Amino acid sequence: MPGTNGRGSTVVYINARIVDPASATDLKGALVTEGGIIRDFGPALFKDAPPFDCEIVDCEGKVLAPGLVDMRVQLREPGEEHKETIATAADAASAGGVTAMVCMPNTDPVIDDVSGVEFIARRAREVRGTKVFCYAAATQGLEGKELAEMGLLAEMGALGFTDGPRAVGEAQVMRRVLSYSRAFDALILQHPEEPTLAKGGAMNEGETSMRLGLPGIPAMAEVMMIERDLRLVELTGARFHIMHVSTADGIDAIRRAKKRGLPVTCDTAPPYFTLTEIDIGEYRTFCKISPPLRTERDRDAVVAGLADGTIDAITSDHAPQDQETKRVPFAQAENGVVGLETLLPLALALHHKGKLSLVEVLKKLTSAPAAILRLPFGRIAKGAPADLVLFDPDRPWIVDAKRFRSKSKNSPFDEMPVMGKVLRTVVAGRTLYDAQAA
Amino acid sequence: MSPIVRPGFPVPPAPAVPFRHRHLLGIEGLAAAEITEILDIAEQYVELNRRGGAKSALLRGRTMVNLFFESSTRTRTSFELAGKRLGADVINMSSDGSSVKKGETLLDTAITLNAMHVDVLVVRHPESGAVKLLSDKVNCVVMNGGDGQHEHPTQALLDALTIRRRKGRLQGLVVTICGDVLHSRVARSNIHLLNTMGARVRVVAPPTLLPGAIERMGVEAHSDMRKGLAGADIVMMLRLQNERMQGRYVPSTREYFRFFGLDYDKLGAAKPDALIMHPGPMNRGVEIDSEVADDFGRSVIQEQVEMGVAVRMACLDILTRALRSNAPAIEVTN
Repeated sequence: MPGTNGRGSTVVYINARIVDPASATDLKGALVTEGGIIRDFGPALFKDAPPFDCEIVDCEGKVLAPGLVDMRVQLREPGEEHKETIATAADAASAGGVTAMVCMPNTDPVIDDVSGVEFIARRAREVRGTKVFCYAAATQGLEGKELAEMGLLAEMGALGFTDGPRAVGEAQVMRRVLSYSRAFDALILQHPEEPTLAKGGAMNEGETSMRLGLPGIPAMAEVMMIERDLRLVELTGARFHIMHVSTADGIDAIRRAKKRGLPVTCDTAPPYFTLTEIDIGEYRTFCKISPPLRTERDRDAVVAGLADGTIDAITSDHAPQDQETKRVPFAQAENGVVGLETLLPLALALHHKGKLSLVEVLKKLTSAPAAILRLPFGRIAKGAPADLVLFDPDRPWIVDAKRFRSKSKNSPFDEMPVMGKVLRTVVAGRTLYDAQAA
Repeated sequence: MSPIVRPGFPVPPAPAVPFRHRHLLGIEGLAAAEITEILDIAEQYVELNRRGGAKSALLRGRTMVNLFFESSTRTRTSFELAGKRLGADVINMSSDGSSVKKGETLLDTAITLNAMHVDVLVVRHPESGAVKLLSDKVNCVVMNGGDGQHEHPTQALLDALTIRRRKGRLQGLVVTICGDVLHSRVARSNIHLLNTMGARVRVVAPPTLLPGAIERMGVEAHSDMRKGLAGADIVMMLRLQNERMQGRYVPSTREYFRFFGLDYDKLGAAKPDALIMHPGPMNRGVEIDSEVADDFGRSVIQEQVEMGVAVRMACLDILTRALRSNAPAIEVTN
C-alpha cells in the first residue's frame, strides 16, 4: 500500500535489477530500506532466508535505481498557482520518478530573500512528497543589477544562485556575482543567452524562422554568452553551471573549457535532444521554449555532448504554462514545456537508440546532478537516503498529456510513443507513487 | 426543384487538378496548377469588373467578414469589393485596440464568429501565424489578408496576374524584389509564388534588412542595387516602414534612398521594358522616386490595385466551391 509505511518501517525489494550509476553497479538482487535510509542491498541478500515481518515489493526483474534528481524546474508557486503548485508539481514529480528537484527563483514574488527560501522549504515539508529545494536569485529581483544576499540565502538552504530564465547580461555584474559567490563556495547557474542579441526573438534564427516570418534568436546569442561567462569564470574561479545548453558551438566551447580545467558543468533537457525547430511546424506554441529549439546539427551535438561527458546532467526543465499563455499567436506565447512526467522515458530514448548506456543515462539523471548540487542523493549505498525509482526501461507507452498530474498540460510530446515506464517512486522509504495503484 | 442561382458569365471548365486547400493561408504549399487556376479565373473577373455594373450572384446569401487587426484601407476595400461583386453580404470588423493586439481575444473571436455562421473570413493580423491559429478554430473558409511577417498570399497572386497580363508568362522572367525583405510578408509570398512558377527571383536590400538564410528560399541576394537590377524584367519595390528607419536598420532615409531607392539612374540597369511594381502605400522619395512611380509606360502600380479585386474574387470563387456544392441550393427570393 503506498504511503502507509511510516518512519522506521522496513521494506524489502526483491528480484530487482539494482543499477547504481555512481558506483557503476548493475546487479540482480534485493534491497532493504529502513525508515528513510537504505539499510543493505546485494545479490546474496535473502537468497536463503526470505524476509519476514516487513513489507515486500517484488520488482519482477525491473530496474531499481536511485530516484531522479531534477536540477531545474519552475514550480510557479508563489504567484502563478493556476499553472502549478508545489503540491501538484511534487505529485507530477513522483509519477515521473523524480525524488528531488530544485526550483527556480522566477516566482512572484521572486525568491531573492530569506523568506522566499523559507516559504519553499515550508511548503515542501507540508507536501511531504518529492524533496523540493530552490535556487535563489543571483541579483535582486532578477534585474541583473544588484547582488542578492548570497550568504544569508545559502545559509537558509538555497542550493545555488541564478536569475532563472534571464541571463545576467552585464559583464561587470556577472563578474561580481561570480566573484562574490566564492566567499560561500556557492554555485552560480546561468541561462546562456546574450539578452540584447536575443531581444524580441521567438524562435531559433534560420531558414524556418524566415519562412514562418518570426523574429529569430541566433545560435550565436548562446555561444557568445557561454564564451563570455567562461572567461569570467577563468577570471574569478567560481563554481559555474550553464543551464540547458542547446547549440553545437556552445557545447564545443564548454568542452574546450573543461579541457582547460575550468570548474564548469552544464546540463540539457529532453526537448534539445528530442526535437528541432522543424517540430514547430505551423506555429506550434507548445514547441516554444527558451533557449529555442535549434537545428538537427545542434540536436546531434547535444547527443554527442551527453555521450562524451561534456554535458553532465539532464533536467526536466519543467515549465508549466496554461492555455491562455499558449493558445495565442506564436510570438506572444510564453516559453516552456512541462517535463517532469516525460523526463525518464525521453532520456531513456538515448539508451534505446544506442547513444548512451543505461548506466550513463541514469548517471545524468541522478548522481551527476546530485554531485553538482552537493546533495547526498542519487546513489544506492548502505546508509544513503532511501530515494528510489523502480521502472521498466523497455515498456512502451504513449504519452497522454491529459493524464498528467501536473496542473498544466503544455507538452509537445503528447501522443508520442515512448519506452520506459515508472512503476514505483520511493522518497525517504515511503512509496509516493505506485503505477498499479495509480 | 428550386432554381439555382448562377453567375452571370461563363464558368471555366473544371480544372484537371482540383484546388486542394480549404483555406488560403499562404502561397507556400500551393502547386503551380493551383496558382494558374486562380489566375485563369481571375482573368475572367477582370473582364466582369471592367464591364461595369455587372454583379455576380455566386455568393448571394453568403456572409463574408473582413476581420482586420491591423489598419488597412487598400486591402480591406479590395476584399470588400470582391465579396460584394460576387453578391456576398460583407461585414467589416476592425480592431486596433491594445487588448486585441495582445492576441488575448483571438480565440474568443473565433467562437463568436462560429456562432454567427460566417461563410468566409478574411483576416489580417500583426502576428505571424495568427491567421493559421484562427483557421484551426473556426468553421468557415479563411483567407489570409496578411499575417505579421509571414505571408500575404492575395498580394502575390495579384502581382502575378499583373505580370502575366503584361509579359504573357511568369516562367523565366527575372524578378528583382527590393527593400525591407526581412519584415515583408509580401516578399515571402512573392518569392514562394515566383519560384513555384519558374521565375528567377533576386532580392536587393541592405544586409540589415535581409534574413540571413534568404538564399535558402531559392533567391539570389544582392546589396548593390544595380547588380540586382541587371537585366531584370520586373522591379518590385517594397515599402520601408517608417519605424524601421531612424538608425535602427538603416542610418537615414536620405542614405537609404541614395543606395536603395528606385530612380531612373538605377533603373537603367534593368531591361528597357522592365515593369515597376509596388504593393503600396508608397513612400515617395524613400524607396521610390516620384517620377518613376508615376511613369505611365512602365509603372503598373495602379493596375496592381485593379488586379487585386479580380484575384480576390477568384480566390473567393474557388474556396467557396465546396460550400456551394455541399449546401442546399440557394433559392432566389423574388
